[in-house]
Amino acid sequence: MTTAPDLTHLTAVQMADGLASGEFTSVELTQAHLDRITALNPVLNAFLQVDIDGALATAADVDARRAAGEELPRLAGVPIAVKDIACTQGIPTTAGSRTLEGWIPPYDATIVTRLKDARMPILGKTNMDEFAMGSSTEHSAFGPTRNPWNLDRIPGGSGGGSSAAVAAFLAPLAIGSDTGGSIRQPGAVTGTVGAKPTYGGVSRYGVIALASSLDQIGPCARTVTDAALLHEVIGGHDPMDSTSIDAPVPPVVEASANRDLTGLRIGIVTELTGEGYQDGVQARFDESVQLLRDAGAEIVEVSCPHFRYAMAAYYLILPSEASSNLARYDAMRYGLRVAPEGVESPSAEQVMASSRDAGFGDEVKRRIILGTYALSSGYYDAYYGQAQKVRTLIARDFEAAFEQADVLISPTAPTTAFKIGDKLEDPMAMYLNDIATIPANLAGIPGLSLPSGVADEDGLPVGIQILAPATQDQRMYAVGAALEALLAQQWGGSGSVLDRAPEVTTGAVSEEAK
Amino acid sequence: MSALSRDDVAHVAMLARIQLTDAELDRLAGQLDQIVGWVGQVNEVAADDVPPMSHPLPLTNVTRPDEVRPSLTAEQALANAPEAELDRFSVPRILDED
Amino acid sequence: MSTQARSAHSEDVVGYDEALTRYDPVLGLEVHVELNTATKMFCGCATGFGADPNTQVCPVCLGLPGALPVVNATAVESAIRIGLALNCQIADWCRFARKNYFYPDMPKNFQTSQYDEPIAFDGYLDVDLDDGTTFRVEIERAHMEEDTGKSTHVGGATGRIHGAEYSLVDFNRAGIPLIEIVTKPITGAGERAPEVARAYVSALRDLLKALAVSEVRMEQGNVRCDANVSLRAKAGDGATSAEQLAVPLGTRTETKNVNSLRSVERAARYEICRHAAVLDSGASILQETRHWHEDTGVTTSGRPKSDADDYRYFPEPDLVPVAPTRERVEELRATLPEPPAQRRKRLQGEWGYSDLEMRDVLNAGAVEVIEETVAAGATPAAARKWWTGDLARRANEAGTAVTDLGVTPAHIAELDGLVRDGRLNDSMARQVMEGVLAGEGTPMEVADARGLELVQDDGALEAAVDKVIEANPDVADKIRDGKVQAAGALIGQVMKEMRGQADAAKARELILAKLT
Repeated sequence: MTTAPDLTHLTAVQMADGLASGEFTSVELTQAHLDRITALNPVLNAFLQVDIDGALATAADVDARRAAGEELPRLAGVPIAVKDIACTQGIPTTAGSRTLEGWIPPYDATIVTRLKDARMPILGKTNMDEFAMGSSTEHSAFGPTRNPWNLDRIPGGSGGGSSAAVAAFLAPLAIGSDTGGSIRQPGAVTGTVGAKPTYGGVSRYGVIALASSLDQIGPCARTVTDAALLHEVIGGHDPMDSTSIDAPVPPVVEASANRDLTGLRIGIVTELTGEGYQDGVQARFDESVQLLRDAGAEIVEVSCPHFRYAMAAYYLILPSEASSNLARYDAMRYGLRVAPEGVESPSAEQVMASSRDAGFGDEVKRRIILGTYALSSGYYDAYYGQAQKVRTLIARDFEAAFEQADVLISPTAPTTAFKIGDKLEDPMAMYLNDIATIPANLAGIPGLSLPSGVADEDGLPVGIQILAPATQDQRMYAVGAALEALLAQQWGGSGSVLDRAPEVTTGAVSEEAK
Repeated sequence: MSALSRDDVAHVAMLARIQLTDAELDRLAGQLDQIVGWVGQVNEVAADDVPPMSHPLPLTNVTRPDEVRPSLTAEQALANAPEAELDRFSVPRILDED
Repeated sequence: MSTQARSAHSEDVVGYDEALTRYDPVLGLEVHVELNTATKMFCGCATGFGADPNTQVCPVCLGLPGALPVVNATAVESAIRIGLALNCQIADWCRFARKNYFYPDMPKNFQTSQYDEPIAFDGYLDVDLDDGTTFRVEIERAHMEEDTGKSTHVGGATGRIHGAEYSLVDFNRAGIPLIEIVTKPITGAGERAPEVARAYVSALRDLLKALAVSEVRMEQGNVRCDANVSLRAKAGDGATSAEQLAVPLGTRTETKNVNSLRSVERAARYEICRHAAVLDSGASILQETRHWHEDTGVTTSGRPKSDADDYRYFPEPDLVPVAPTRERVEELRATLPEPPAQRRKRLQGEWGYSDLEMRDVLNAGAVEVIEETVAAGATPAAARKWWTGDLARRANEAGTAVTDLGVTPAHIAELDGLVRDGRLNDSMARQVMEGVLAGEGTPMEVADARGLELVQDDGALEAAVDKVIEANPDVADKIRDGKVQAAGALIGQVMKEMRGQADAAKARELILAKLT
């Protein structure tokens, strides 16, 4: 950073403390973020909607309450960005799809209600791959989001808007959703922290479904503690979500204060390292492993033999569930309605089919067709049914691994951020980006990604993933926080990998990437 | 031999109510064939005696009491409708009763 | 569907008796029952009938992006109770499944239903037939699902779906809990198959009513019936039933929305006759849905089986499995009412009604009200007389239910008490009933207000008798001569003298005492 750190460069904890001590007001803090969004969003395209009035109104309300001496939640007044997959009453919600352009939900997702209850100003809605299908945010109907580290690169996906916003200091915190890595992989390629809680740990009510049995909502932040604080705000039982766990949120905030790794058993998953991983990614991973070992952790190697089928199982289960979840976008009750060309007095059936063709992008169509096929009569057993069995085997692999280790680790993504456009025409290559993150979704276990440095070959950030057993989310925070502290010590400066990111300036997009 | 022909793709797309254009069919059919071939590798796993997993967590019996909660107003319900009439959603002619 | 397929030309049919000489009918019934829960299957929207359009809807039942279902606990209990009452096994563990197909009245374009894991399965229902015999209908399964929205078709000549320019959809009904009850193939009923179908739906309706799980109003669509019909060749004269059962089933058609008891029987009968004609001609039956036309009494071709029937079922990931404990199932079993058929037999015995009388009571739908009336103190005979006589006639004239006339069981009991105490005679009781029907109050109040009371003063009656005898010497002589039946003429006059407020029996007694 060339300029003195402004309010936007504080951590969420520092913001909360500054607000509590009266160092600055929420209106000042929120305005600083809105100003930065106004300046940089035209370049980054991280936000699809900015709710200036709503955010400032919440901020002013928090300031008034604080002035009146009211006891407020820890993150009250700290602004947040919400992935455009969560319904926000009165604010357009699109899930990155043309079909929902202009759709205004009449209700709030449970997590949005919880952010409001926590009195956090909602800055706006962040860009994403259409219906969260993708690993690059290039599949957004509203244009790609750019990686603040290099505007020609992807910010990860599907939650590239949230990761870019957090990495570029447009927001200290953001909401993400992770079906196969959509929080963790964007975190890794933007040098930020992202956590996918245990399936059922955070309510999905009001969050637009991609694949119901895989989707999980979680925090995006710049530090492990910030992520834990947001996790605590949004987590916990919701009677509106039948798959929600009826138990207290795991003690994640407490765990994020941990610095002690003595005697902890950390497992390296053989199948998630080595071949296929970029050199710089593997190097940073190996360094982190050494740091953990040096800090007293016991490093063990574990094998999860069925992980090699995880991608295939995932790309059957996800499209199958998605094909059904996305059937509702039929232009009858809401959404884009397009009459077929050259048909006089078209039927509802024809209007549905032409509207869905017009409203969905290629990736969504590919997956809907794939899923429809996998579920169809005569193919169910060989595809969807068999994938569900493989899913059981993957969950068993995890069970066995967690017998040997308290947490498991791997690189979050096999490569650093690739160039915008590079994999657009090759869906399979795009899918392989989630190779390390997908198993956790299949098993429903929690995973957290934090920066482990930058790759020597391209100067782009690399992430390390920590996986914990179901409902033991605190373990990944404890290990993540300890590792984060060890890395910060090594790196110096503010301790953040983002210190090494170039300042984003307007007009910095290369012609090639436009 | 391909697992999924161009005709298959067009057929499945119609099951999914997507009217693909010829250009889209040209583009998607080959990709889908490749993807279907690849995901088929789940069949390399011997899993006859493995139970399928439909839910990641073993929860059961999650219900709510039979108590009325507020509904939306008709105005809210219809606010996003492409077309509405007489407080109802207006939809193009329906081909057949089921 | 081509309009040709449904064009009005009537299809050939064979006479019913003739059809039965060559074919053995096999039926299957799928009955959808709307539960009477306060809220929908998967959301807290109210379920009341007749609300303004789209006012009982929420993100869940409108299928809005992001919405998730949560199962109604009462609906599950009702499903289990229905299953138990149908002598079914109750699943230890079962899941919901998504049935995927596109239709404008289905908000999510999948119906949340159950597929290969129904909550209840393998049961039976014994149904009474008109000839007094009982037929056992075996139940394949009963499963939970949700209703769709309701479309109104606009434009075109008929206002029906065909020729309509567009449709208007109200989603108030979408998501109302349904239990679908599916029979196993009903075989061996022979020519009585259509009657069995009607009797089954009727018995099912009674059962559901007794369970108090549904309003069971067929005219409001609370109970909807689809009838599957197929024919197979007769095994030949003198064939054993085992030989007949060994003949493979024919292709079936599914006649949708046969929504009255009478229609169930008629539609089954019609399809049997139509199938026979098709098979006789050497053609084969097309597996398709058929539409029943109440007015013309025929079915017409609907939609053939096609790809659209590839419903791509898979376990509903947004709902967790239902796993009722055995303890809970037994608790629910303990809440089951007496089976309707058994109850009818018991009540008939208790009330001393003849078979004919009991059938009248059943046809009038008056079992419950008579039970309440007897409980309130009326004699079973009086209760039956009122509810299936005058009041039934009045209700019929007014086009309303007998229980909606404003007369209560307590009223009947009170009125019967007044008659038995000798305060009122039959004709006075009818006058009192007029007053009650006119809203003038309880029988006692009406009798008081109208001054209706048998004169208990024997002196006045005796004076009237003397007067009448004196005025009719000829008649009196006849009686003296032993023509006792002539007393009737004198009784009438005595009653007239008394302005009707006399006990006719007592008057007769006095006249005979004086003249014989």
